[in-house]
Amino acid sequence: MKKIKVLGSGCSKCKATARMIKEVAHEKGAAIELEKVEDIKEIMVYGLMSTPGVVIDGKLVHAGSVPARGQIRQWM
Amino acid sequence: MFKLFGDWFAYEILSLNPVSPTGRAVQFFAMDVSKIFMLLVGVIYIMGFLRALLSPERVRGYVRSKPRWLARLLAVILGAATPFCSCSSVPLFIGFVEAGIPLGVTFSFLIASPMINEVAAVLLAGILGLKIAALYVAVGMAVAYIGGIIMELFRPERWVEDYVWKIHMGNSIKVQSEASLSGSHRFAVAEVKEILKRIWKWVVIGVAAGALFHGYVPNEWIQAHLVNNSFWSVPLAVLLGVPLYSNATGVIPIAEAMLGKGVPIGTTLALMMSIAALSLPEMLILRKVIRWPALVRFAAVLALAFTLAGWAFNMYL
Repeated sequence: MKKIKVLGSGCSKCKATARMIKEVAHEKGAAIELEKVEDIKEIMVYGLMSTPGVVIDGKLVHAGSVPARGQIRQWM
Repeated sequence: MFKLFGDWFAYEILSLNPVSPTGRAVQFFAMDVSKIFMLLVGVIYIMGFLRALLSPERVRGYVRSKPRWLARLLAVILGAATPFCSCSSVPLFIGFVEAGIPLGVTFSFLIASPMINEVAAVLLAGILGLKIAALYVAVGMAVAYIGGIIMELFRPERWVEDYVWKIHMGNSIKVQSEASLSGSHRFAVAEVKEILKRIWKWVVIGVAAGALFHGYVPNEWIQAHLVNNSFWSVPLAVLLGVPLYSNATGVIPIAEAMLGKGVPIGTTLALMMSIAALSLPEMLILRKVIRWPALVRFAAVLALAFTLAGWAFNMYL
């Protein structure tokens, strides 16, 4: 099971990112554990400066925009 | 072309009377809405394309360890080129601090970024003319540059929340950037959708307000209240802008109508800058990293700068 974290302090793009990841996972029947990280100290640990960011199994894979659906599919 | 569309929509389709206030307001509305949306789609796409190549992480890399004047100049230029969602201002602030970039330079970036953006600049050029667009951009950059220097004199380091200094960022991880052509294209299309979705209401409301102003508010009222070049009309415009929050885009139609009615250019620009860069929500977000004494000074410096700029324009133009 993949552990996916969405980093961002609650802006609309961050919510859209989390929603899309959930949808894609559902479509593909992939088992994921989704967590929204809103605490700024925790976010900064990953070294990004623009949100939303996406972390998969502890590795930052995306930052600064809502990822494209196709990109999310590749992560699953 | 847009005028034709406005005429056609208001006078042919709705068969309104071209000399009635309603007719004029509707014609103005249809003309402006169509023009603004065309411009917006084109410009957001182009800038989105370029922006895919310029992330804040990269900006930080350019700015750090440069001599201070160059760092500040870069911060202002890059701030103008990269609008950031205000929810990113906290990670951005921390990222700059963590890279050892002086706070004054960070403030320069924070001023330039919301105030100058491509959407505002192009709408200004398209609607109010190139000269006013250039003035707005030039003044915005000057205010950002000088504002940052003044903030530095207050030694704002005192007011930064302790935890900010303690954060150690993971070493700027290489996110695979969307630097390929198709990646940039996708990013740009996403930007167009995202930004239009967020601002279309404000553009429509802004144009509608401008249209009402255009059609209904009698010239005499404006002549009496805003056009007179008394010195207090500029600070009044700045104060008016604080509770109003919109990105610079939403204000432009109102500015157009104001100018059309003869409100002086300095007063209009002061209001626009105040609405775009001096906002309560932005201050509340920044409060997470820096305490009120610094924020109050930040707001005061900006208000003063906008007022001075407004006066200067009213005097010399």
